[in-house]
Amino acid sequence: MTSTNIIEKSRAISTAAERLAVRCKGLVKLYSDVIAVNGLDLEVRAGECFGLLGPNGAGKTTTVEILEGLTAPDGGAVEVLGQAWGRGDDHALRERFGVALQETQFSEKLTVEETIRLFRSFYPRGRSVEEVIQTVELAEKRRARVGKLSGGQKQRLAVACALVSDPELLFLDEPTTGLDPQARLKLWEIVEEFRSRGGTVLLTTHYMEEAARLCDRVAIMDHGRVIALGTPLELIASLGADKIVEFSATGALDNESLANLAGVRSVHKRDGEYLLTVSDIGAALTALVAELKRERAELITLTTHQATLEDVFVSLTGRMLRDE
Amino acid sequence: MSEAQKDSIQNINESTSNVKQSARGASQSIAQRSSERFHPLVELTLARVRDFLREPEAVFWVFIFPVILTVALGIAFRNTAPEKNRVAIESSSVNDVKAAELARSISQSPDLQAVVMSSEEAAQALRTGRVALIVRGQGSGIGDQGDASAAPHSTSAEVNAELSSAADSLPPAFDYRYDPTRPESRTARLAVDDALQRAFGRKDVVSAREVTQTEPGARYIDWLIPGLVGLNLMGSGMWGLGFAVVYARMRKLLKRFAATPMRRSHYLFSFMLSRLIFLVLEVAAIIGFAWIAFSVAVHGSLINLLIIAVVGGLMFSGIGLLVASRPKTIEGVSGLMNLAMVPMWLLSGTFFSYTRFPEVLQPFIKALPLTALNDSLRAVMSDGAALQSTWMHLSIMLAWGLVSFALALKLFRWQ
Repeated sequence: MTSTNIIEKSRAISTAAERLAVRCKGLVKLYSDVIAVNGLDLEVRAGECFGLLGPNGAGKTTTVEILEGLTAPDGGAVEVLGQAWGRGDDHALRERFGVALQETQFSEKLTVEETIRLFRSFYPRGRSVEEVIQTVELAEKRRARVGKLSGGQKQRLAVACALVSDPELLFLDEPTTGLDPQARLKLWEIVEEFRSRGGTVLLTTHYMEEAARLCDRVAIMDHGRVIALGTPLELIASLGADKIVEFSATGALDNESLANLAGVRSVHKRDGEYLLTVSDIGAALTALVAELKRERAELITLTTHQATLEDVFVSLTGRMLRDE
Repeated sequence: MSEAQKDSIQNINESTSNVKQSARGASQSIAQRSSERFHPLVELTLARVRDFLREPEAVFWVFIFPVILTVALGIAFRNTAPEKNRVAIESSSVNDVKAAELARSISQSPDLQAVVMSSEEAAQALRTGRVALIVRGQGSGIGDQGDASAAPHSTSAEVNAELSSAADSLPPAFDYRYDPTRPESRTARLAVDDALQRAFGRKDVVSAREVTQTEPGARYIDWLIPGLVGLNLMGSGMWGLGFAVVYARMRKLLKRFAATPMRRSHYLFSFMLSRLIFLVLEVAAIIGFAWIAFSVAVHGSLINLLIIAVVGGLMFSGIGLLVASRPKTIEGVSGLMNLAMVPMWLLSGTFFSYTRFPEVLQPFIKALPLTALNDSLRAVMSDGAALQSTWMHLSIMLAWGLVSFALALKLFRWQ
């Protein structure tokens, strides 16, 4: 990194408090008869990792592609790194952020190094190809053809091409979809390394663990709008409970009488399974057993777990994140 | 050990490893090159070239296919001794011995080869073009009343043949059956008649000496090769670019590029540049092969030929980009490619001269990209023309190329 780069970077960090990396207001995007984005408001602070969490079709990708300047919105205002699209300086704006699209397939005949060098050539400033290859741990695959890489390696290559310009802001669209746990972990480490250098990240995901691990703040999206916003902990706390009880039983149970049990905050029913959001697990389980006995129902399965972002989504929409 | 000490040790470790790395970098060309930054146009063009060279099938179609085509056409239209016209002698109308004798005397003509056939075989052969004409005996007692009535006559004719020579006492008469719309049939008619008249005793009254001449440069293959060069420049330019662009679009690679500050014109221009590199090789492959195998010579200057090939190659890569600027599927772009190329295959004078088409079509045909390229290639290769004499063709090609490129840049769909 050159010294001017360091100065610029530190300037970016010093202004982080008052500067927003991304801001959009009332964003709308229509596709023939589908409303993909429906009046979306979003603010991403410089230096944070912000997650858009939602099921497929929630409008995450459309939103990100509008922010990246690839898709023109039908309504609303967008500002990326303090600049709006289409004001004549798009070219300069594109030099300042990096992008990893959902499933980009690079040319299979080129090697890892050739691909990264090609992307490096588009930017007047940036990191060296060598440095980026080390960062994404593809040094051994440097001369391998892209077509021969595993899914995780391809995804790391995509991130490498986004990092090679040493961007202020990184857009990652479903960076770990379809990857095995180990490959996912590696990618998370790369994102964390980028953040430790002062970078801002906006990522979309439908993995709640990913959002919980990487993101400072999360916006839960559904049907083209934000339905909840906060830190992962805040969102989970908003359930007013930290445990979830899932069970199935013979016989029909009444939702309302379940909700009135001691320690139970809310009830959701889905595919014959009951989901109880519980604030006091001891009291709730005792009451549940009594209720089952009273209704002459027999327990088939019962599990409990800590509340997660997934449960937040379920309690907001009544659906699972990966249902659709 | 204090924190500060640890830190400084780590710093030292880091810096030594950095030194090691840079030392390795200096020794390894890879690491060294990675620290340089080429112009995006260079990198994009390199990527195109690598993409192409690492696809063995593409290399085959671009280099081997035109050579195979040249071989096939060269063999089909090679200039050997002029081919003899085949004619049939109907055996049912003449007895076998006499028919064989007739065939022998007709075959003495340098232009003819006669075969004895039954009347059904002969009719079939004429219909399918295996013979150009049927000779059937008439008069001299050799009836043409049909097989049944001809049989006894044949027996008496056989006796006659043994007694007399080829010339019968009565003047013999023959039917010539042929299709006058077929040029080779008309030629055969003249040659057969001449051969028969002489065989039956006609004396020539004038003497003529034949002086023949076959000049390299005036053969069909000499005319064909420039057309094949043009055709190949069109095919590889359009197919090569069209598929690569649409493939990149399908794989969202174009969208990924659009999210970088890459100049869009650089991307499109890199396709044209990469074509130039291969174009020289393609043209050299065809012309070199034609020279070695068929001694097809280039009469004009090689530099002029190269200039025309480059202009033609750029023109077709521009048109290829335009055709590929919108389609989202390989099927879509294939359809458009065929729509653009098939008329030129037929009209632009690659395999036969476009002067055969009606006068009204001529201005349109001459304005086609491939016609301009073929005409200027022929002017330089066959006629040895100077570059300025083909300025008209060159400007047509430049216009096609520039307009297509500009339109492609405007219409191009990046996602």
